[in-house]
Amino acid sequence: MRDIQYSDVVEAVAAMCIKANTELPADVRNKFEQAMAEETSPSAKEVLRQLLENADLSLETKLPLCQDCGLAVYFVEVGDDCRVVGGNLREAIDEGTRKGYADGYLRKSACDPLTRANTGDGTPAIVHFDMVPGDKLKIAYMAKGGGAENMSRVTMLAPAQGWEGIKKFVVNRVAEAGPNPCPPTVIGVGIGGTFEHAAKIAKRGLLRTLDDTHPDPEIAAKEKELEEAINALGIGPMGLGGKTTVLGVKITMEPCHLASLPLAVNVQCHSQRHEEVEL
Amino acid sequence: MAEYKLNTPLTDADIEQLKAGDVVFLTGTIHSARDAAHKKLFELLDAGKELPFELEGSAIYYVGPSPAPPGRPIGSAGPTTSYRMDTYAPRLHALGMKASIGKGKRNDEVKAAMKEHKGVYFGATGGAGALLSNSIVESTVIAFEELGPEAIRAMKVKDFPLLVINDCHGGELYVKPKLDTAE
Repeated sequence: MRDIQYSDVVEAVAAMCIKANTELPADVRNKFEQAMAEETSPSAKEVLRQLLENADLSLETKLPLCQDCGLAVYFVEVGDDCRVVGGNLREAIDEGTRKGYADGYLRKSACDPLTRANTGDGTPAIVHFDMVPGDKLKIAYMAKGGGAENMSRVTMLAPAQGWEGIKKFVVNRVAEAGPNPCPPTVIGVGIGGTFEHAAKIAKRGLLRTLDDTHPDPEIAAKEKELEEAINALGIGPMGLGGKTTVLGVKITMEPCHLASLPLAVNVQCHSQRHEEVEL
Repeated sequence: MAEYKLNTPLTDADIEQLKAGDVVFLTGTIHSARDAAHKKLFELLDAGKELPFELEGSAIYYVGPSPAPPGRPIGSAGPTTSYRMDTYAPRLHALGMKASIGKGKRNDEVKAAMKEHKGVYFGATGGAGALLSNSIVESTVIAFEELGPEAIRAMKVKDFPLLVINDCHGGELYVKPKLDTAE
């Protein structure tokens, strides 16, 4: 059994929160540059130019890329042969979140759903745990902004609706969202599992980089099909028109009940902020 | 598409010349307010009390900035999605608000109110919070400090870059998605 110190988890989590919020990932920057070369509309080019300038400025000043530093969401893989000592893992993640959001001058956006009173420190974080073989602890962080998250949906299709039904729902959802979620967006699609599991896997898909290809060629082809159908909507950067409505579509598919076809669409904004650490 | 330099407070004449797609560089004082602050503003209005700032000619920025690091007047300060303030905007336009600043679609009631009371809806680039903060030279919390990021701030802006999304003549800049059937 390998021991991992509570304080090491806290420090690693805090560092991830700050890095993800201030450094635009290289794959996203590449996509912006590629999109700028392909766009012909002046307003689409101008939005992308501003986003690149914004990223340079964040790097230089350490100001967060966006004032909405998100609700902190984590996907954690705990190896069977490791344990956290000196405190509880869940608490370490919350403490790291508090530290990262305070030290990085990040906006704390967690509040009471009804009174709307801010909890003041960015916690509680949303944490998903998975047990995996091995002696490593892997923590992935995602800054999930409210504007994009509000455009997300879960639905239960009838099995007969199949791929056509899935495609229609996803494309319609993006069309309906229009300029609201800060396009060009990244779309996480969760197919299968149960009601709540579809939403979870849709979100987990957003941890993939933009330039990867799904290992299953059939799903990779479906991702491409959705990407093309969505870009054909012409919404463009910030809804001002153009060829780039999505930067990527990430499908995660798992078996479901024979009576069901759960489907979730998780919308992520253009800066696609996430980080991973292995301890 | 024209470019204008405007100052607050905004006048009917300022607004009438604007068309969807125009670029505006705004200078003067604007006020931040989003969901929770709007709710409190309406409680004051309903109680017949005075508001913490003058609505006549005002521009309200839908923003909840990140905390100011040492040496800067404000943290990142980009727009939040505006539709959540659609419930409030028509009454504020009727009481003198000239402009709102945000991102994303507005509903028909807000568009009608802008037509009736000569108002405008400006878009700023969502997610460009660090860049936009460069146009904010001063920021002071003037009301509802307990709301934290949602408190009302008076912000001095210089050449704040905006795009006219909805003008007072019914014009709109957002594209309609090319889709045959609605959801």
